[in-house]
Amino acid sequence: MADVINTQGHVRLGSNAGQGLTRRDGVLKVTGAATYAADNRPEGLLHAVTATATIARGRVTHLDVAAAEAHPGVVKLYTPDNVPPLAVSPDEKIHPFVWRMEALQSDRVRYAGQPIALVLAETLEAATEAARLLAPRYEAETPHVTLDDAEPFETTTTAFGRPADHSSGDIGKARATAARHVVAEVETVAQYHNAMEPHAIVARWTGDRLEIDTPNQAIGLARQTFAAFLGIEPAQILIRSPFLGGGFGSKAILYGGQLLAVLAARDTGRPVKLVLRRDQMYGPVGHRAPTRQRLRLDLDEDGRIAALQHDTLTMTSSFDHFLEGASNASHSLYATAALQTTHRGLRADIGTPGPMRAPGEAPGSAALEVAMDLAAQAAGLDPLAFRLRNHAETDPSNGMAFSSKALRECYAQAADLFGWADRPAEPRRMRQGQLLKGWGMGSAQFPCPMFTAAAHATLRADGSAVVETSAADMGQGAWTALAQIAADGLGLDIDRVEFRSGHSDLPDAGVAGGSGHTATAGTALFNAGADVVRRLVDLATGDPASPLFGAGNSGVTARGGRLHRNDDGRSEAYEDILARAGLDMLRGEGTGAREGQPTRAMFSHGAVFAEVLVDPDLGQIRVSRLVGAFAAGRIINPRLARSQLLGGMVWGIGFALQEEALHDARTGRFTNNDLAGYHIPVNADAPMIEALTVHEDDPFVNALGIKGVGEIGVTGTVGAIGNAVWHATGLRSQRFPIHPESLILSGESL
Amino acid sequence: MTLPLHLTVNGQSVAEHVEPRTSLADFLRDRLRLTGTHLGCEMGVCGACLVLLDGKPVHGCLVLAVQAAGSEVQTIEGLAESGALADLQRAFHERNALQCGYCTPGMLITAHSLLETTPAPDRGEIRTALSGNFCRCTGYESIVDAIAVTIERRAEGAGA
Repeated sequence: MADVINTQGHVRLGSNAGQGLTRRDGVLKVTGAATYAADNRPEGLLHAVTATATIARGRVTHLDVAAAEAHPGVVKLYTPDNVPPLAVSPDEKIHPFVWRMEALQSDRVRYAGQPIALVLAETLEAATEAARLLAPRYEAETPHVTLDDAEPFETTTTAFGRPADHSSGDIGKARATAARHVVAEVETVAQYHNAMEPHAIVARWTGDRLEIDTPNQAIGLARQTFAAFLGIEPAQILIRSPFLGGGFGSKAILYGGQLLAVLAARDTGRPVKLVLRRDQMYGPVGHRAPTRQRLRLDLDEDGRIAALQHDTLTMTSSFDHFLEGASNASHSLYATAALQTTHRGLRADIGTPGPMRAPGEAPGSAALEVAMDLAAQAAGLDPLAFRLRNHAETDPSNGMAFSSKALRECYAQAADLFGWADRPAEPRRMRQGQLLKGWGMGSAQFPCPMFTAAAHATLRADGSAVVETSAADMGQGAWTALAQIAADGLGLDIDRVEFRSGHSDLPDAGVAGGSGHTATAGTALFNAGADVVRRLVDLATGDPASPLFGAGNSGVTARGGRLHRNDDGRSEAYEDILARAGLDMLRGEGTGAREGQPTRAMFSHGAVFAEVLVDPDLGQIRVSRLVGAFAAGRIINPRLARSQLLGGMVWGIGFALQEEALHDARTGRFTNNDLAGYHIPVNADAPMIEALTVHEDDPFVNALGIKGVGEIGVTGTVGAIGNAVWHATGLRSQRFPIHPESLILSGESL
Repeated sequence: MTLPLHLTVNGQSVAEHVEPRTSLADFLRDRLRLTGTHLGCEMGVCGACLVLLDGKPVHGCLVLAVQAAGSEVQTIEGLAESGALADLQRAFHERNALQCGYCTPGMLITAHSLLETTPAPDRGEIRTALSGNFCRCTGYESIVDAIAVTIERRAEGAGA
């Protein structure tokens, strides 16, 4: 891959970046020494436990406060009657990334699992028991929690403020000329992030200064948000979040329990720890909402898509707005003369949904890829040939050229490794022993957003450096990949770079989300390093005692901790330049953000091929092979990127076959809000799986050419598995997850 | 009410008073500050809290601290310090068999116990043995790779 040269021309990405280095946090994590928020135990700690509602709609009429307070070890109990006030109501949306929260502001219950009281005690056990003793009584109202009975409402926006509806081209005209059409109706269900680390917070006040340990994907924003609700300055707050035990979107947004813990710590004058139980994470900390999607694809005689319509019905809470933008997944993947997408909303007695690994894209891609398979069948084409025939050369939603799009290479490489050429066109043609075997595929696509980030770099007298930005490492490898980029920005070997991150006193690195963290924070770090090098070059080229004197500003390259003349190759070490200038350090700053309005469509792409085995008697479905190939711009660390892609694909298995949060429709309560009942893939569910990365140079997406790898693996995979199930059985499930019973009870024989 | 509790943790003799309702995991984490034992589900499903009790893996969330009276408990910290896991830890690190790291101590304890009882499991047996350890990130393939390479290295070492 060509080196990227920054605007001053002194530093290049591609020395440390691009290497498959092992994780810098690896030793801490294999020895148990990495600390997560709940591991903190300041002196004088009080343990907090929330009591949560067991109805989904209504009001709390009675809590047995006396019984709870009488339990030995209980120190304080908060209900709506005595909770200390916030500076701003938790129902205020003070910025777009604040969700309306439950912080005991009233006796109303808006969903099952909502916090209705907070107990503080000397031990976790005492707080837990006291919360149980509250024995709430309610005035319950009839809840609505399903796509069938929730209340429709008009909306103009979906998640993140995107328009609910889109139309380009003349769909009526396109349909009039089409030869045939297919309709796919696909339902997806409510899913919960279930990061392995439960949500947790430890809050401690020292005077008017607040220290918070909590896993958070956007530390700078979290600090501002805490400050606003508490009515204090952000500078009074320190948030530490060095390691997140997974986040997947759920730890990007604050929830009421965090505010309550902070209030309780201030009120009691003692540190407070609140760790949500697994069941308590079903409600207040976001989820992926269910969808009911309908796609209509009109095809011309040659199997080209003339018109694509994608409509989504999805659900949000009764009190806030987050609508899964599933139809948007059809905007930019396949060529079509006419495109129409819509979203409609329902209000239900549930916690507000939020972003969950590939929000919108995951369910949207699942339905789109099923529709594409149906259309390929209708056109009499192999599913891969049909996708190639409908390859989009420009983004059909806006006509823009793609910044880069090596999707054809992804198809070719993944298909080759998988052996797709041997696939029989008809279903039910392959067996492995008694099991039905099927092959399916899907295209993967995910946008490349950038947020805003800042970073500092400081070169020290000994020629080593420290770089600083408050990035979040939720497992993706920020500690390592960002340090690699920072080292290249400084022209240093990575071993000479200390990377400081994970707390809020550092420059804001923005959000670890949207697959944009490496691009955004990486750009800031690279620029901060380049800023240091620019200052060094100025020092050296202007100093008659330096071998670089007179080299001219553009005639110098930094690498390996030295500045090198481009003309005669003479060089000087950073530490010598600093020493002669009488400096004990040299500091640079950098920012990362997308510059100007995009003039190109920017996406990562991929192709996923799946093999499933289906037991014809039991309907049991196993994914036996998965092969993906992804083009995601410059890969900073192949070892880490592969792991992100594989992880996304395993999420695709969970989406396709397992994950489903179940409500009792009468009470609105969950019936499986724990890790035994809510099935996520375990190792035995994960098949032989491979993720390739395809070379891609992208000069437009950002100066470093970085896209993102965190979420794209989920897209494509779900549809590929669904299509493989059809190929194995001849049955098309109209719902994900596909359960054995949906095959067995379909009325068709397996 | 508290009860006296004597046990050995990572080779050290421990004498404490605990409430009978305190779980072994909470006791280790909160009282002994051995926070490498993680809690994920608190119902014995996810495997994040596995520790060795008299050499056998148990879920720290399902065992009461008082049930460990008189026993020998080993946590990730003790196993790491003793070197018992050194080759597994190295392989996990090299193979990137960890991401967020939350499940990793439990994974290592299962892997260690598997190789104690089944010296040369195949990939399928490894997958089955590890299916009580959830990794949500999810690095299952790399975890199997790390264990498989450890088996190979041990075989080479034994043959040398």
